[in-house]
Amino acid sequence: MELIPLSPWDLALAATLVGLLAALSWLLHLGIGRRLLIAAARSGVQLTLLGLVLRVLFAQTSPPLLGLMALVMLAVAGYEVMARQQRRFRGLWGYGLGTISMFLSSFTITFLALTLVIQVHPWYRPQYLIPLLGMLLGNTMSGIAIALDNLTRTAWDQRGRIEARLVLGHSWQEAISEIRRDALRSGLIPIINAMTTAGIVSLPGMMTGQILAGSPPMEAAKYQLMILLLIAGGSGLGSLAAVWGGSRRLFDERERLRLDRVTPKRS
Amino acid sequence: MKLERLRPLLGEPLSFEVPPACTCFVRGPSGAGKSLLLRAVADLDPNEGEVWLDGLRRSGMPAHRWRRMVGYLPAESYWWEDRVGDHQAHWPLSLLERLGFGAEVLDWRVSRLSTGERQRLALARLLANRPAALLLDEPVANLDSVNADRVAAIVHAYQQEHGAPTLWVSHGEGRGNASCRGTLWLQAGRAAKLETAWS
Repeated sequence: MELIPLSPWDLALAATLVGLLAALSWLLHLGIGRRLLIAAARSGVQLTLLGLVLRVLFAQTSPPLLGLMALVMLAVAGYEVMARQQRRFRGLWGYGLGTISMFLSSFTITFLALTLVIQVHPWYRPQYLIPLLGMLLGNTMSGIAIALDNLTRTAWDQRGRIEARLVLGHSWQEAISEIRRDALRSGLIPIINAMTTAGIVSLPGMMTGQILAGSPPMEAAKYQLMILLLIAGGSGLGSLAAVWGGSRRLFDERERLRLDRVTPKRS
Repeated sequence: MKLERLRPLLGEPLSFEVPPACTCFVRGPSGAGKSLLLRAVADLDPNEGEVWLDGLRRSGMPAHRWRRMVGYLPAESYWWEDRVGDHQAHWPLSLLERLGFGAEVLDWRVSRLSTGERQRLALARLLANRPAALLLDEPVANLDSVNADRVAAIVHAYQQEHGAPTLWVSHGEGRGNASCRGTLWLQAGRAAKLETAWS
């Protein structure tokens, strides 16, 4: 089976659906039409650009260019993690914590997957590196954002309880232990849900793509399974690093709860 | 207990001493920094200066050991487990009894406690740690007179038994039958007046 190319006309047809939805939103005063159209336009521009960039990258397999691309992806993901926090850490920590955690987990796991699991030669072959890294970053990003948001929000809400424990002589680790555990758990929920329903309720995006492109279904299934397992590992390790670093940052060297290191709630 | 140029959050540096088993009442209008003073002694907020207790320097020991030693009772008590008894392994039953509770209180749910019950149980929870000093933030504020007297008597007995110097934040007249007492008036974060029977 060959992949059937899509013409601009085909895409325009799909776009009319969104246009219809926007018109409906305007008619029913849902107030979401504008945002819907902007988001659709953004995805159009971003994906077209990505297609162009990847065409260049795939054509020459240049490590510096690939490194640059990976850094841009990381930088945007880091910003996105920060933007999703209701209460973020002040200063460099706000951006750095999520970004470093993602770097540690996604980049390491992508590298290990390329060298040990798939065994691509050279390991940085862009056709494998970029999609794999993208999927790992995207999912780790959600996990870390949820976990960190949960950590700072709960610590803020439960200030009295945390300090009650500190006052009674508990160490900072004891005082934050339950909150830390819950934050970590919340970061892992999305991937656990994804793995639970994979193949029954949802046909995961990557597998769908491979099947459309003509891969044998069994191969597509195996790749999808590998990706899910890698994502689980990446989300878990990333959330672990972020929550550990974040909870450490909530206390100073005298084990005081320092909520002044977290910004106030954003409306 | 000796405070050496201790500077609480939003306050001025303070130096004074409370001898063993003595009580220094801390008084002043709302917002004068009474609670912040106790929090500074307990090292809960960023602060400057030094505190000595039983010849030990605050900065010379880990913060959690220091807090266990200085016994700070906040004005509002917080509970992190569902059941009262789950908050620590050892509850001195005789103390609970003197506070008006039977042993069954350990099975009670925190959510059904009244404010006054919480306050009395928080004192029991604190004293079970055997602190060497007491920092009490309005310990009898929400109690009827019977229970207020009970609490004052228990604090007094504890001070005598353990030689614990005490800082007692109070809005009203200083309670208790402390034979050795002083009063510190705070005004806008600074010591307006210090009257002691010991210096």
